[in-house]
Amino acid sequence: MSKYGKYLLSAAALLTLSACASRDDEVQGVDGDNSTAGSGETLSAVIDRGELNAGVNDQLPGFGYVDSDGSYAGFDIDFARAIAAGVLGDADAVNFRPLSAQERFTAVQTGEVDVLLRNTTWTASRDTEVGLDFAPVTFYDGQGMMVPEDLGITSLEDMEGLTIGVETGTTTELNLADQMEALGVEYNTQTYDDRDALIAAYEAGSVDAWTTDRSGLVSSFAVLDNPDDHVILEETLSKEPLAPAVLHGDDQWNDVVTWIVFALIQAEEFGITQDNIDDFMDSEDPDIRRLLGVDEDLGGYLGLESDFAYQAISQVGNYGEIYDRHLGPDTQFDLPRGMNSLYEDGGLQYSMPFR
Amino acid sequence: MSNDKLQQAVLSNDRLEVTDSPRLRLDKNQSFGRTLRKNLFDGWKNIFLTIVTAVFSILVISQVVNFVLSNSWDVVYIHLRLLMIGQYPLEELWRIWFALYYASFMIGATWGLWKGAAKAVGLTFGTVYLIFAVIPWTTLNTSLNLAACITLIAAGFVIGHKIEKIKVAVLILWALYIPLTLGLIMGFGGLIDPVLSRYWGGWLLTVILASVSIVGCFPLGILLALGRRSSLPVVKYFCIGYIELIRGMPLIMVLFIGQLLIPLFLGGSTGMDNVTRAMIAYTFFAAAYLAEDVRGGLQSIPTGQFEAAQALGLNKIKTTFFIILPQALKAVIPAMVGLFITILKDTSLVAIIGLADFLGTARRISNNPEFLGRYLELYIFVAAFYFVFCYLMAYVSRYLERSLSTDNR
Repeated sequence: MSKYGKYLLSAAALLTLSACASRDDEVQGVDGDNSTAGSGETLSAVIDRGELNAGVNDQLPGFGYVDSDGSYAGFDIDFARAIAAGVLGDADAVNFRPLSAQERFTAVQTGEVDVLLRNTTWTASRDTEVGLDFAPVTFYDGQGMMVPEDLGITSLEDMEGLTIGVETGTTTELNLADQMEALGVEYNTQTYDDRDALIAAYEAGSVDAWTTDRSGLVSSFAVLDNPDDHVILEETLSKEPLAPAVLHGDDQWNDVVTWIVFALIQAEEFGITQDNIDDFMDSEDPDIRRLLGVDEDLGGYLGLESDFAYQAISQVGNYGEIYDRHLGPDTQFDLPRGMNSLYEDGGLQYSMPFR
Repeated sequence: MSNDKLQQAVLSNDRLEVTDSPRLRLDKNQSFGRTLRKNLFDGWKNIFLTIVTAVFSILVISQVVNFVLSNSWDVVYIHLRLLMIGQYPLEELWRIWFALYYASFMIGATWGLWKGAAKAVGLTFGTVYLIFAVIPWTTLNTSLNLAACITLIAAGFVIGHKIEKIKVAVLILWALYIPLTLGLIMGFGGLIDPVLSRYWGGWLLTVILASVSIVGCFPLGILLALGRRSSLPVVKYFCIGYIELIRGMPLIMVLFIGQLLIPLFLGGSTGMDNVTRAMIAYTFFAAAYLAEDVRGGLQSIPTGQFEAAQALGLNKIKTTFFIILPQALKAVIPAMVGLFITILKDTSLVAIIGLADFLGTARRISNNPEFLGRYLELYIFVAAFYFVFCYLMAYVSRYLERSLSTDNR
């Protein structure tokens, strides 16, 4: 009898554990409600620590990666550095914590990282159930589709019966299914564990097309043997607004991250760059004086130094500089600004007024 | 007696000798051409197979050579430091060198004292050092340090060879090796500055994770194995429950539990970094498997051994530790080393919890925009490196097995 009892017990324990693990993977929101941070706690913790804990990606070219010297670099990394510069006055006071897609939300929930800058899409469930709060979108992305030019495909409707490659464990597979179902197109999917394998399969012709975020598709041109033979379809399969995330409940910390991101966008709107920022310190424009903390102490309202925007811009650069440094024409990605242009250039990047 | 003679006769009969390539044995009395004809072109079936194999081998080898020569391996040598030690701060590099010096000298001394498998270890390490020292991309500083390591192996060998008395000292120094070097690498309390585990990476992290979990799981596994055979029901069922629970879970899940659930349950205030959590997860995981290996050994000990020990008046603890365990462990050396090799390679799973071990570092590098799509060279390097050390472990285990076997059963 005790033999069976033992089996039952271990089976029950196993089930509980696996249930916990899988629930954790998918929803991430188990403790979202009771692990919220009190207002102001994070900011004072960061200042006391003298270091910002930033959860980042270390394997996404252009956004977060490790360069040949072993230091972190990329678009998301620079935003973490800007936040550290704004809060602590030192862009290097960041402890980068590389996170996998699976553990990123838990790391925020447990307070292991103060801010998550890991190409995370702002969605309703993550904002509510997972217990995150999002700062302004730093990068508007969307899912796209790459096909060989000689197939003559111009839209998703032409893809009847084709085999499409996707990465496993991403939302791209689900988005693809949603779109294709809406269009009533029959297709086959082939899933791959990593992008290198997927691209290799696409080049070898094992799949007819492949889909991922547009930024990823564009950056893959650098890897393809004959980049000119491939096109990205005009259609966007899904919206992927990537934004910094903090733990829900600490409004002050959320404000801090939000306004530092806005400061970088506002600086580009004003034409303030890393190099010319000192010329703007004696500008007559009251808007600029407020942003740089010359007149009004907007930083003080946030619990920061009045020159927080100055520090962030002078140490890291404005939004456009960060973009160009990692994704712009001088990089191998040469990713068009598109939706990420300033609103005055027809894009979506728009800072709320510093007033 | 007659049995022994028969055995000797059987052993001396070279027709029963087992070699790795029985067909291609060179006979000194035959010319090379005749040997070739006899072994490879003996009848039309053999001729056919020889030709097919030769064509296939030439194709494969030429492809491999072509690949090796036509690729510029800059992606590997530019990142050698990252691959070896990750982001470990350069100014603290002397700690790693010290650990290597220490290991080199000890390997040399062991080789000098005991000969045997330590020779293979010494030669392998020496060769790897030499390769890294002479390739043109290492800095002079590194080359000098590696040369010092080789010298230390040689010095250790000479000292060990000449002075037999240091045997005990060498054993003590080996026992202290992991605590001392690990303490140095992470910096122990107050004496020297800590180097946080977030800067560990590459082969260094792989070796630390693997050696800590191998050393940690050993006593734990033996205790669990003994506990499983205990007559006390609480101990027995606890051990059975633990072993079966862990063995019933995939390693990835154990890692996730360590990484995600522990901080969630303890509210993130554990103060444990994620390398420590991974070490604990690996140790507990490996202990369950080791326990089953050891149990196999324990069960293979004939009851006569217990009875003989009892007859000599040994108590239970002495019987276990001096009679049963040594024999049991000896019997399961191949299984244990197999497990250790598995642990070494399984450490690459830490990639899913955001740590960059040897393989993870290679993946990181292949995502550097400057080296996009250059993963093949990196993976080949990683595979070759893993192979050398795994094969070395297997070789040492085979040697230990042979040299410890007393042929009493």
